[in-house]
Amino acid sequence: MQFTFFHLMPYRPLDMVERHKHRAGWVVLPNELYDPVKGADEYQSYIEQLVHAEKLGFDVIAVNEHHQTAYGLMPAPNLIAANLIARTERAKIAIIGRALPLVNNPVNIAEEFAMLDNLSRGRIITGFVRGIGNEYHATGINPFFSHERYQEAHDLITQAWTRPGPFSFEGEHFNNRYVNLWPRPYQNPHPEIWIPSMGSSETIRWAAAPERKYPFLVTFSSRELVARYLKMYRDQATEYGYECSSDQLGWASPVYVADTDERAMEEARAGIESLFNDYLAVPFQMLLPPGYMSLQSMKNTLRFRKNLGTQRRHTIEEMAENGTVVVGSPKTVRDHLLRLRDETGAGKLITMLQFGVLPDDLTRRNTEMFVSEVMPHLR
Amino acid sequence: MPVQPMKHAVRDINVRMLRGGSGPPLLFLHGANGLTPWLPFYEALSKQFEVLVPEHPGFGLSDNPPWIRNVADLAMYYLDFLDGLGLDNVHLVGQSLGGWTAAELAVRNTSRLASLSLMAPAGIRIKGTPCGDNFIWGPEEGVRNLFHDQSLADKMLEQIAGMSDDENDVALTNRYAATKFGWEPRWYNPALERWLHRIDVPTLILWGDKDKLFPVDYAARWGARIPGSRVEILRDCGHAINLEMPDAAAAAIVGVAGRR
Repeated sequence: MQFTFFHLMPYRPLDMVERHKHRAGWVVLPNELYDPVKGADEYQSYIEQLVHAEKLGFDVIAVNEHHQTAYGLMPAPNLIAANLIARTERAKIAIIGRALPLVNNPVNIAEEFAMLDNLSRGRIITGFVRGIGNEYHATGINPFFSHERYQEAHDLITQAWTRPGPFSFEGEHFNNRYVNLWPRPYQNPHPEIWIPSMGSSETIRWAAAPERKYPFLVTFSSRELVARYLKMYRDQATEYGYECSSDQLGWASPVYVADTDERAMEEARAGIESLFNDYLAVPFQMLLPPGYMSLQSMKNTLRFRKNLGTQRRHTIEEMAENGTVVVGSPKTVRDHLLRLRDETGAGKLITMLQFGVLPDDLTRRNTEMFVSEVMPHLR
Repeated sequence: MPVQPMKHAVRDINVRMLRGGSGPPLLFLHGANGLTPWLPFYEALSKQFEVLVPEHPGFGLSDNPPWIRNVADLAMYYLDFLDGLGLDNVHLVGQSLGGWTAAELAVRNTSRLASLSLMAPAGIRIKGTPCGDNFIWGPEEGVRNLFHDQSLADKMLEQIAGMSDDENDVALTNRYAATKFGWEPRWYNPALERWLHRIDVPTLILWGDKDKLFPVDYAARWGARIPGSRVEILRDCGHAINLEMPDAAAAAIVGVAGRR
């Protein structure tokens, strides 16, 4: 298995009482609640955690992009990636991902990734995403055109990486008379593209297509959904006439390991519960603005999940029970991950070993314990 | 006997339409919440006019041609619509998104129009006076912010709670269409305001002074841009003028329709 140490970089000093006076920890949360002195400490801690992860033996260290939120302090994840390049030597550095529909000139994304790929001599992995629905409130981009913009931006970026320039790109949303990247990517033909997703059949069909075969990562989903979506991808590959490799399948999950199940639950509780209830939780109309999902998918979602808009707090017990988070003794965590790996044939595990308000000392112990007690059994 | 929706075709696009009453033709363009049943507001208008209330392409059960991508497209579609019916001396009335569409139509071509009534229209932007963000409002908040009289909001919320799956699908489709037209730039077209002087038919600007979506300050700006227009402010009325003050709105429309 390939192991990724993934970080969201949440703003942990957040005043949770103040947070809940607002409809979300996103977009409308007043930035007076951000203290730059504490924030600078957060960046330092998190970058050290990512650098340390390489030393401990992770194959990939990873970051991603979110806007106007305490959930993740990386509106420009490539800046973090550039810093990580300078401080590491071996590990791949994944930016999973950039939210393609949110920009007005996707060539900028192609250029920045190409720069990082050169700076790192080919250690970059990219991710193409659409962003969480909240991001369409934060940027003003019309979610109705989210899918169209994503497809077009994808085509533009991959062409910019592979077609001899200059050439012209003529789209509905993006039009560039001259596309001619300096620098071109270091890797040939271009850096890997991963597709993190909550799992929609449209995305699976697209990512699995033979001309792409993009690795597909199921994020923040229960054990059952991870298995279901990865099977859908595998079946889709079979339908396309090829056998899906384990490199194409992965999932992302918060993981916490301690000596015993009880201790793990107690130590992880505040981090896990804050991640889902304080940082991630947003009202329905922010999470899924119209167009973010296709109309048909949304109709089905609303019919079968009538309580989608209701907000109640989730406990670590229920999230561990359905497997959205993996928390326990080394044996518990090993068993869970081995079972899901063997059931799905997935070859990529994206771990979140810092989550929510989890402090530095517990993050460090968790990471080291995962590396010594769990990782060798999954390799 | 309430008027029932019928099918209406313009070129190859089928839409639903309510049609009732008799007299000179009046075309009503609905707002972002879509086609309503035959309302007391339409009933009041139908005493003087033959009232046509089409459901916009992309909304509810009407066709959704992919080439209607913005309000300018929708306005051109309604020029085709009027040509298709061969109607002249049409009294054009639009509310909110429909008011924006009516104004876009009128700056292009008023040759088939006898009058124009804009009820709390979207479409322009006054810097420093933002519209309410009805995309970030929650479902109940969104309904409450349409009304000054909250008992009307209570009634609408009760209706919504009792909707069938099919009715919920229609509401969701409407929300998608509203997003397409109104998300960005938020509820306006930067080019519209500078062409409003082209409107050369008697025009009414009607606004509720308690509108929480488009503040009443917009009324005077519309009035200043459209030559000879009349601005009427309804006291203690919210955004949903047709539901909150149907009789006053209908009387004002009858008034402007009689002007020459």
